[in-house]
Amino acid sequence: MTEDLANFSLVAVYSAMAIYTISFVAFALDLAKRSGDAQQESASSATATAGPDAGSVGGAARGSARAAVSGGSTIVLDREAATTVSGVGRGGGGAGAVGTSGPGSTRRRRGSSFERVATAMMVLGLLVHVSSVVTRGLAADRVPWANMFEFSLTGTAIIVAVYLVAGRFVDLSFLGAYVMGLNLVLLAIGSVNYYVEVVPLQPALQSAWLVIHVLVAILGTGFFAIAAGLSIAQLIQTKREQARLSGLRFMDTLPAADRLEDLAYRVALVGFVLWTFTLIAGAVWAERAWGRYWGWDTKEVWTFIIWVLYAGYIHARATRGWRGARSSWLSIIGFAAVLFNFGVVNVFFKGLHAYSGL
Amino acid sequence: MARSSDPASSRPADAADLQDVTDVSSDPLRPSDHYDSAPARTPGDQGAGSADVVQPRLGLVGYLRFFWRQLTSMKTALFLLMLLAVAAIPGSLVPQRTSDPNGVVQYRAEHPDLFPVLDKLGVFDTYSSPWFSAVYLLLFISLIGCIVPRTKHHFEALRSKPPKTPARLSRLAGYRSVTLQTAGGAADAALAPASVVEQARAQLRRAGYRTQVFGDSVSAERGYLRETGNLVFHTALVGVLLTVGIGGGFGYTGQRVVVEGQTFTNALVSYDSFNPGRWFSDSQLSPYNITLDEFTTTYEESNADALGQPLDYTADVTTTTQSGDTSEHEIKVNSPLSIGGSNVYLLGNGYAVDVTVTAPDGSVAFRDTIPFLPQDANLTSQGVVKVPDGLSDQIGMIGFFYPSAVETGDGSGILASSYPDLLNPVLSLNVYQGDLGLDAGVPQSVYSLDTDGMTEIAGAAADQSALQLSPGTTADLPDGLGTVTLSDVKRFASLDVHHDPSQLWVLLFAGLVFAGLLTALFVPRRRVWVKASTTDGGVRLEYAGLARGEDPTLARAVRDIARTHLAGLGVPADAARAATSDDDTGGDARGDAGDDPGAGPASPPGSTSNDPARSTEAPSRAGRRMRP
Ligand code: HEM
Repeated sequence: MTEDLANFSLVAVYSAMAIYTISFVAFALDLAKRSGDAQQESASSATATAGPDAGSVGGAARGSARAAVSGGSTIVLDREAATTVSGVGRGGGGAGAVGTSGPGSTRRRRGSSFERVATAMMVLGLLVHVSSVVTRGLAADRVPWANMFEFSLTGTAIIVAVYLVAGRFVDLSFLGAYVMGLNLVLLAIGSVNYYVEVVPLQPALQSAWLVIHVLVAILGTGFFAIAAGLSIAQLIQTKREQARLSGLRFMDTLPAADRLEDLAYRVALVGFVLWTFTLIAGAVWAERAWGRYWGWDTKEVWTFIIWVLYAGYIHARATRGWRGARSSWLSIIGFAAVLFNFGVVNVFFKGLHAYSGL
Repeated sequence: MARSSDPASSRPADAADLQDVTDVSSDPLRPSDHYDSAPARTPGDQGAGSADVVQPRLGLVGYLRFFWRQLTSMKTALFLLMLLAVAAIPGSLVPQRTSDPNGVVQYRAEHPDLFPVLDKLGVFDTYSSPWFSAVYLLLFISLIGCIVPRTKHHFEALRSKPPKTPARLSRLAGYRSVTLQTAGGAADAALAPASVVEQARAQLRRAGYRTQVFGDSVSAERGYLRETGNLVFHTALVGVLLTVGIGGGFGYTGQRVVVEGQTFTNALVSYDSFNPGRWFSDSQLSPYNITLDEFTTTYEESNADALGQPLDYTADVTTTTQSGDTSEHEIKVNSPLSIGGSNVYLLGNGYAVDVTVTAPDGSVAFRDTIPFLPQDANLTSQGVVKVPDGLSDQIGMIGFFYPSAVETGDGSGILASSYPDLLNPVLSLNVYQGDLGLDAGVPQSVYSLDTDGMTEIAGAAADQSALQLSPGTTADLPDGLGTVTLSDVKRFASLDVHHDPSQLWVLLFAGLVFAGLLTALFVPRRRVWVKASTTDGGVRLEYAGLARGEDPTLARAVRDIARTHLAGLGVPADAARAATSDDDTGGDARGDAGDDPGAGPASPPGSTSNDPARSTEAPSRAGRRMRP
């Protein structure tokens, strides 16, 4: 039974990877199509000044926006008849047309058919992926995150889930290729290099904290992953806005750098809160299991380093001269440290956290 | 260029008409290089004529001030944080004396040249090294220097009133205006500006805003809790550091190996090793006894991938407290025993052998239960038996215990253990004859035997091969020295006793850190204004907000305030919704994701550079926010 479930889980994860691959290709095609769209739009738009200069777009629109300031709407309160609303003279209808083709046009694009296919495949892949996670848990008769294989398996599912949920609120379709690419790499490494058979929990891991501490750590990792993707996009966009990078036409269809920065920051904040909790919960667990809450064990050290890096990121965002592209490097370095903590520290560093199962 | 990474360079040109909105007296006090603060002053600049290029001489106080300001700046905090992250790395690359002393010994053996250099640098004690301490101490000095003035300022801000309503609301976040007319054209009394404003004030108050009426407008502010949270967060960090640093000094940790049937008394003499805190005194040890009645282990027996993997360790103990109360408990990994102000943890276990050495005349020369230290996952264990008296010569024995002995298969007769449980227990003893060195007065480990000056008389290098015993059997020592009997094999538990009075305090501060963080990050701090003015036949209402810090939901909040307010004035809900909606967004979470309603009419759709700090367009920090 255990073996059947574990085998099913493995089949499911390979299936999920196949579906994710389709999704990845479709997302990549969508980005390629964006390049074409961006080119076309800039060619056909008479008003938009060519080149990635949002400033001029804003400037052009300014006059009309000013004019509209005194607008607003009027409500006639008619106690007998129906109330009527009229004249919503809001900011520059004409300006809207100017704005749409500029880089960082923030109006939500209508997704291409590639994008729709990609998203559908991603959702389908996630469903299969989750079935793999669940059967692995059933096979082991415990939470499926007690060794590195299981951690990769569950962690990647959570990255996709965080992406999809965040995508409900803001348009993140441009990150799809990144998320799928990252996921495929992590899943491939996880299921090829880290695979272990189902084994029972060693006594040190038999604790409710395994459920809480590790789950929250995985969640935090999911948010950091998305934040890093946004920060990378921000860096590219910044370069383009400074006209130092001319290729990558599809970037025209992405939000502007400062908006990407805002998004990255907010996503990273959620990750940071989760990470803070992980750190505290880990200390509480260490006290239970090892008799001390903090002992500078290698894994503790790296969890702490990551926490400090993100605290640095938050401060950088609040520091004059560091806000913008500079601070985003810290978000990327932070996520690199998260990957390092998982992929390298677990396997090659000696410490009490000997749960890689390898 | 609208979007510059340096906000200071793109300060709005028409700063004058902003003065009223950027009133900072009730804003949080931040370091001068915080992106949201006024530009930093140079050390010589005393606030007056900043046109003054020639700086006056600073003097000592001036320099101290200058350095203090540098130390408590954002850049320094950032730098020190990064330095802390980097300084923590070496300690993860080489073994630490505190957590892995054997690793350090091994490292020394493997890198004899590198070791002394690294040791001088203190990397084997990274986290108590002078350089690591210097980084975090500086960071915390900076932190305290940051917190204290901010706290003072915040207390004052808590008592101050919301700032005056700006003259031009239209440039702020979420701005919208609605003109209300009655069908007849004449304003009825309920729509008089004063009463409309009063109604808005009451509504804002209910929503937790602090309000102040200025003429026909109300100015409201909320979210002081954000700064409170920030201060609690940073202060609690100091709390964590202090309680960890000072509190640890009042505690102690001790280790003791207890064999089944043995009793451990909580007194200094009975510990195998003991680490007192700086301020420890004997009286802290509350005298209690713990008897290990039984130690039970469970190993995996069916899963072929995990045969012999431990599933459970349970120590059944009987405790007797000072007052004489006796009770029975279980100690497990992850489930320590709390007794006499200390916690008793189960951190290890293994086998102990009952060995009796008898002289040729039948008298017992030695009898003891000796813990053997586990060497591998199948509990191959090693231990030492020293028999100083009672035989014609001193002998020492180095023993290997195999709980499930199997031949290694190469025909050499060398044994190994194939399973951690007692399936085929065998004790193998190499015997040495000579001087045990016990009389030299040098303390010796009970787990090691110094064989210098001794001759191996049984074992690989001797004529006779090692003695092999299973429980209940007896073997002859070489040369007729006597006999050895293995009477029994028992389990031992390695117990760690910890007392740390600061632990709860650390947890409390950690909880405050977390609570403060949540508050500081997710409570929005904002100002909202509602202004009324009479127009022919009606009243014109204006609504606007201003974010103080990250506030993605500001525009929506202003919109909702407007809607509620209009509804309170008798406007049907759908009309209110229509009148206050943003152009093409309709306000659904997905559709308007990229569109920034905060920009309001002052900013065309499509322009994203409405971060005022960088934009030439919007004057304040208005409108930078999006909906989540
Ligand atoms: C132990 C070192 C420190 C850590 C771990 C730390 C961590 C943090 C975190 C997580 C935040 C974001 C949460 C919030 O807004 O409250 C923050 C904000 C802040 N910290 Fe620190 N901090 C440290 C030291 C300092 C120091 C030394 C200063 C003063 C120079 C400082 C000044 C600030 C300020 C002004 C903010 C608000 C940022 C904003 O307005 O966006 N911090 N800090």
